[in-house]
Amino acid sequence: MPPTWPKQIFQELKTAGIRQVAYVPDAGHKDLIRLCNANPGMRTVSLTTEEEGVAMLAGAWLGGDRGALLLQSSGVGNCINMLSLNQECRIPLLALVAMRGQWGEFNPWQVSMGQTTGRALELAGVYVYGVDCATEIKETVRAAARLAFDSSRAVAVLISQQVIGTKNFRK
Amino acid sequence: MRLTVPAHKQTRLNRRTAVAKLLRKRKDELVVTGLGSPAFDVAAAGDTPLNFYLWGAMGGAAMMGLGIALAQPKRRVLVVTGDGEMLMALGALATIACEKPANLAIVVIDNEHYGETGMQLSHSGRGIDLAAIAKAAGFPKTYTLRSEAEIDHLAEEIFDGEGLLFAVIKVSIDAVPVCLPPRDGPYLRSRFREALLGSKAHG
Repeated sequence: MPPTWPKQIFQELKTAGIRQVAYVPDAGHKDLIRLCNANPGMRTVSLTTEEEGVAMLAGAWLGGDRGALLLQSSGVGNCINMLSLNQECRIPLLALVAMRGQWGEFNPWQVSMGQTTGRALELAGVYVYGVDCATEIKETVRAAARLAFDSSRAVAVLISQQVIGTKNFRK
Repeated sequence: MRLTVPAHKQTRLNRRTAVAKLLRKRKDELVVTGLGSPAFDVAAAGDTPLNFYLWGAMGGAAMMGLGIALAQPKRRVLVVTGDGEMLMALGALATIACEKPANLAIVVIDNEHYGETGMQLSHSGRGIDLAAIAKAAGFPKTYTLRSEAEIDHLAEEIFDGEGLLFAVIKVSIDAVPVCLPPRDGPYLRSRFREALLGSKAHG
């Protein structure tokens, strides 16, 4: 049976009035991307690299739309300078980060970025909420969306591999 | 649009004159600029709350334009940026070409150099054809302009027409007068949203 938390995130994105969803695919976001793609009220945009989404969603907000960025932890490093846009202009950002390299990782190349994702985001001025348990996701995404859009802040929710599951390369 | 004069017969356009001419027909269209000289050129043509100037976030101008264009499908959105800034976001051309927003136009003011950092040659000065890259990505209209007459045609297409468009205006590296727009981020974003969204800007 597929996990229920992606659908809970989707519901929270709808509740928050998210109209534009930008993503670089990650297996952890597979179900959420599918739900967003199937929703006519959300414009989904597949990116070539994550910082495109930071800029695009800043534009979305300037134009009156709220957006969400879906990415893998490895893509956070791509975003660092673009996040100066949110920091300097106090433009909201809601980023949902599917973690790799953080909990029982098989691929050592993921560990460097995965172990520094939260600190890298914080150094770039982004507030970070971690989620280690599926039962916390709904309320955490809701709180992150409120902080982002009610207080005009950049906020990231890091969804742990404890929730997503650790990728199995030997299946 | 036909390119009327062969490239080798052109003298290089002055960037300030070119941008002023491009924006002469502008009314309430939304404009995002890349950092550096293109921002100064747009400011020199007339500052308005519907100009959003980047002073950093290099590589973000075109994608900001996409986000605005998707949020405001009935408004024309124009991105004015430089060759260096556009070269940093070639992937964005692919993303935008996939989305094909009919209300987005991207104009690169191409002096083939990094003007703010010591006039080093950029890739566009080493033979890389930005309009050809945009065309290959799938932009339905792509142009490289070298004369003032062509800019009039481009302005008509942008401000009187519709459709996704990518244009390169080749300009000289001649020095132009200093014209610095506001650079306070919260001011720029709030005045833009207020001018566009009215009281909803503060919802």
